[in-house]
Amino acid sequence: MPLPPFQRFLDEQRDPVWRFLVASVGRDAADDCFQETFLAAMQAYPRLRHGEHLRAWVLTIAHRKAIDHHRARRRAAVPVGATPDVAAPEPPAADDETWRRVRDLPARQRAVLLLRYAGDLPHRDVAAALGCSEEASRQAAREGLKRLRHEIGDH
Amino acid sequence: MTLPPPIPPLDPQAVAAAAARFAAQAPADVRYAELDTPVGRVVAVMTRKGLARLDYEDWFGGLDAVLEDTAAKLSPRILRGGAALDPVARELDEYFEGRRRAFDIPIDWTLVPPFGRRVLQATARIPYGEVATYGEVATRAGSPGGARATGNALGANPVPIVVPCHRVVRAGGLLGGYTGGVERKQRLLAVERGERALFG
Repeated sequence: MPLPPFQRFLDEQRDPVWRFLVASVGRDAADDCFQETFLAAMQAYPRLRHGEHLRAWVLTIAHRKAIDHHRARRRAAVPVGATPDVAAPEPPAADDETWRRVRDLPARQRAVLLLRYAGDLPHRDVAAALGCSEEASRQAAREGLKRLRHEIGDH
Repeated sequence: MTLPPPIPPLDPQAVAAAAARFAAQAPADVRYAELDTPVGRVVAVMTRKGLARLDYEDWFGGLDAVLEDTAAKLSPRILRGGAALDPVARELDEYFEGRRRAFDIPIDWTLVPPFGRRVLQATARIPYGEVATYGEVATRAGSPGGARATGNALGANPVPIVVPCHRVVRAGGLLGGYTGGVERKQRLLAVERGERALFG
C-alpha cells in the first residue's frame, strides 16, 4: 500500500491517537501531546517507504511524547515546602478511573497496557513499539492487570 | 473499575478541534483546496513556490486520485486548506466574473519538463480573449514544426485556466482538444468573449 497523503493519515489516525493520549496523559495534556505527535509524524513522514502499520507507527510516536510529558511534569513539580494557592486540577470525568491507575503502574506495564488497550494494538505491534519480544509484552500485560486486580481487591 | 481497561471514550469535538489546530499550523509542503467554478470543481494544489496543479476533479478521477498523484510526484506532506489558497480562490472568482484578464498567482513549474515549460510560457503570453494555433505556439516556443509535441505539452498543462491552454486551437477554425473536455474549452473562451450570462 503506498503512503497516503498526510491529510488522509491525519483523518484516519486522529481518533486512535486521541484515545491513547487521553488514557496516557489525561484530557488536559492530551491536546499538546497530540500536536507534538502529529508534528513529529509529519517531519518523519516522507522517510516512510509504504503505508503499512501506520497506526502502530504513530502510536509509538505518541507514546514517546507521553513519556516526555510525564518527565517534564516531574521536573516542574512544586518543591516540598512551597504552598501552591490552587490544588492540582481534578481529572475530568472522561478521564476514567482505570486509566488513572494504569498511569501509576511501573513503566513497562504501563506502556504495554496503554498501547494494547488504549491504542488497541496487537501484542506483535506493542512489542515492536517498545523494542521487546512479543512474550515480554504479554508478560508485562499479565503482570499489570494482576496488579490492578490486586489494588481493587478483586482476586 | 473494569479490566482489562476499556478503550477510552472519544470526545469528537475535542479531537476535531485538536486536528484543526494542527492542520492550521503544521509545516506542510503542499496545501490543497477544492474550489467550485462555473466549469466545475477544481482541486488547487499549492507548494511553497506557488500553484503546482489545478485539476478538474471529475476529469482526474476524484480528489483522492489527485492527492495520491500529488503525494507521489511532489510530497506526501499534504494538508487541506491554508491561507496560501486564498489568492487562488479569489483570482478564479474574479476571472469568471469577467473582472480579471491575467493571473498573478505564482506558478510552481516543478511538474513541467523544460520543453513543456517553454510551450506553456508562450501560451501564457496569448492575450485574454484571443486564440493562437498549435503551430504558432510551437514557433513561439522555439520549435517550429513541433505542433504535435506542442499539443502534447498543452495536454499535460498542470495548471489549466491559469495558464490559458484553452486559447490554443487548431488551424482552420477547429477547436482542438482540451484536458477536462472540449465543452470546458468552449465555456472558457465564451467567458473571455464576455458571454457570462449563458451559463451564469
